[in-house]
Amino acid sequence: MPFKHFKDYMSRQDILAFAVLALLLLLVLPLSLDIMRLNQVGKYLSFAFVAVGLVLCWGYGGILSLGQGVFYGLGGYALAMYLKLEASSPENTSIQTTPGIPDFMDWNRITELPWFWEPFNSFAFTLAAIIIVPSIFAYLIGVAMFKRRVGGVYFAIITQSIAAILTILIIGQQGYTGGVNGITDLRTLMGWNINTDFASYIFYFICVVLLFVCLFIAQFIRMSKTGRILVAMRGQEDRVRFSGYDIANFKIFVFIVGAAFAGIGGAMFTIQEGFMSPSFVGVVPSIEMVIFCAVGGRLSLVGAVYGALLVNVAKTTFGETFPQLWLFAMGLIFIGVVLGLPNGLAGVYNQWVAPYVDRVLDKIFGKEKTPEDIALESSTQGATS
Amino acid sequence: MFSDFTAAELGAIFAMQGFAGLILFAVFVLMALGLAIIFGQMGVINMAHGEFMILGAYVTFMTSNLFANHFPDYFGSYFFFAIIFAFFAAALLGALVEWGMIRFLYHRPLDTLLATWGLSLIMQQSYRSIFGAREVGVVIPDWLRGSYRVTDMIEVPINGLFVMGLAIFATLFVAILMYRSRWGKQVRAVVQNREMAGAVGINSARVDRLTFALGCGIAGVAGSAFTMIGSTGPTAGQAYIVDTFLVVVFGGAGSLLGTVASAFSISQSQSILEFFIGGSMAKVLTLLIVVIILMFRPQGLFTLKVRR
Repeated sequence: MPFKHFKDYMSRQDILAFAVLALLLLLVLPLSLDIMRLNQVGKYLSFAFVAVGLVLCWGYGGILSLGQGVFYGLGGYALAMYLKLEASSPENTSIQTTPGIPDFMDWNRITELPWFWEPFNSFAFTLAAIIIVPSIFAYLIGVAMFKRRVGGVYFAIITQSIAAILTILIIGQQGYTGGVNGITDLRTLMGWNINTDFASYIFYFICVVLLFVCLFIAQFIRMSKTGRILVAMRGQEDRVRFSGYDIANFKIFVFIVGAAFAGIGGAMFTIQEGFMSPSFVGVVPSIEMVIFCAVGGRLSLVGAVYGALLVNVAKTTFGETFPQLWLFAMGLIFIGVVLGLPNGLAGVYNQWVAPYVDRVLDKIFGKEKTPEDIALESSTQGATS
Repeated sequence: MFSDFTAAELGAIFAMQGFAGLILFAVFVLMALGLAIIFGQMGVINMAHGEFMILGAYVTFMTSNLFANHFPDYFGSYFFFAIIFAFFAAALLGALVEWGMIRFLYHRPLDTLLATWGLSLIMQQSYRSIFGAREVGVVIPDWLRGSYRVTDMIEVPINGLFVMGLAIFATLFVAILMYRSRWGKQVRAVVQNREMAGAVGINSARVDRLTFALGCGIAGVAGSAFTMIGSTGPTAGQAYIVDTFLVVVFGGAGSLLGTVASAFSISQSQSILEFFIGGSMAKVLTLLIVVIILMFRPQGLFTLKVRR
C-alpha cells in the first residue's frame, strides 16, 4: 500500500462524492426509472468510462486526445465480434450460401471467416482483447508520439486523424466489419438471451460496478506520486524532465489507462445496446466524449460521470423535442464551458458548494485536514491550462 | 495492380487522375492556406474552418441566384463577384468570432479547438435553418463548362483549370502579403515574440484580428472554388477538416511552401491511388502514410527555424 493513511487516498470530499454517485447509480436510478430508461442510462455510463479516462489524460496529464472513439470502438467491436460469431452459428445461418459466418460477410460474398475474426470465437480471448487491444494500440501511438516529444495540438490532430482513418476503414471494408451499419443483431451471450429486461438489469449493474472499479483505479493514480508528476508535467514539462523523470513514459502510461477505460466502455455499450457501429468511432463522437469530460470538469473524476450523464440526457430530451435547437444548444455548451467554466460543473461545485459541505463535515467529524492535503487541493484547483 | 494495363494506358490514367487530383489540390491549398495562417501564425486551431468554407460556398450560391434573377446579361461574370463577396463575408464573420471568442483563448490553444468546434455546430445548424438541409448546387456559367481534349485519352475540364488558377493566385497573394508587405512583417514579428512586437509599437491585438479574418476570408474563397466540384450542404465542410489539418501539419506549420507541397503530395497520392484501390481505401492509405511520416518527422516537411 503506497498510501500511509486512507485519507491520503481519498479525502473526505472524495468519499462523499463517490458515495453520492454510488447511491444515485445503484439505488435511486434503478428504483425510479423503468428498464428502458435505465438501459439508456447504462448506455450513457458507457461514455462515462471514456470521460473518466480523459480526466486522467487531459485534465491531469494535459494530453488532449481527440481519438478516444478509436479505443471505445475497438473495445466495442471486440465484444460485438464475439457476440456476432455466437449469433451466426451454422444452425442460425443455414439459409446462407456459407453457413456459420456473419450475415454481412455472406452478403458481401465472403466465403471464409477472416483470420482476425477467428480468435473471437473464444470468450476468454474476447474479454482480454477488450482491454488489451486498445492498450496495445494506445501504446504504439504513445511510443511513436511522446518519445519524439510530440504533444499538445499536434497530438490532438494526429489522434483525430487516426479516428477518421479507422472510421473510413470500417465503412469501406464492409465485408469484414459490417460497414456503416456496424455489427448488428446480437442475441445471446454464451447461450443466454441478452435482450430481455432481466439481462438489461444485470448489465446495468455490471456497468456501474465496472465504472466504480475504473473510478477507484483512477483515484489511485490521481493521488499517487504518478498523479502528482502528471500535474507537474502539465504545468512545467521541462522542469520535470530536468528533474530526471522520463516524461514520455508517464504520458504513455496515462494514455494507455485512458484507452483501456474507453475499451471497457465500448464493450459495455455493445452488450447493453446489442450493436456497435462506426458512428461511435469517428471524429464527431470522439470530440463529444471530450465535451462530456469538459462539462463535468476536467479535473474531477466523479464530475466526468455527471458530465457524460447530463450531456447525454440533454441530448436525448432536447434532441427528441427540438431537433433544430439541439445543435445550437450543444454548440453553446461547448463555447460556454470553455470560456466561462474551464473547470466545468466540478469547478462550480468546488467554488460555491464545497466550502459549506466542508463546514458541515467539520461539525460532524471535527477538523481533520493535513496541510499537505490542502496544498495539493489548491494546486490542482488553481492550475487550469 | 499495374500489370493489367499497357504503358500508354497507364500514362493516360496517371495524367487523368493526376489532373483530377489537381482540383482537389486547389481546394486543399485554399483551405490549408487559411488554416496555416491561423494555426501557423497564431497557434489557434480553428475547427470551424470547414464551416467558413461552406459560408463562402453559400455566398457564391446566393450571388449566382442574384445574378440569374436581376442581371441575367452579366451572368457569365458572376463568379468573380462571388469570390469577392465570399472573401469579405467569411473575413467579416472571422473578425467577429476573433473579437467575441478567440481573443480570450490565446494562451489555451487546446481550448480554442473545443470552442471553435462548438462554433462549427452552431454554424452548421444556422445553415440548415436558413438554407435547408438539402444540398444546393450553383449553375456554372457556360464559359467554365466543357473540357480541352489534349490527346484521345486525356481530357482537361476547364473549371478545374480555373480553380487551379485561383489557388495559385491566392497563394501568391498570401506569400506577397506575408513576406513583402509591412503588415506581413508585423504578423511575423508578433509570431516570433509577442511581447517584443508590442514593445516596438505593433498593435498585436489588431494584427491578430486581421490575421484571423484573412485566414477565414481565404476559406471563403475556397468555398467559391468548392461549388465548382461539389454540392454545398450544411455539413459538407466537416468532411474536409481532418484532411486539411493533416495538410497543414504535414507541410510544417508556418511554412507556405510546405503547405503547398504537402497539399500537392496528399491530393495526388489520393487521386492516383483511387483509380487502383477505390476511394475509401485510397484515403485510408494516404492518411495512414501521412500519419506514419508525421510520427517519424513530427515537425512536418518544411519548418521555420525558430527558437522556442
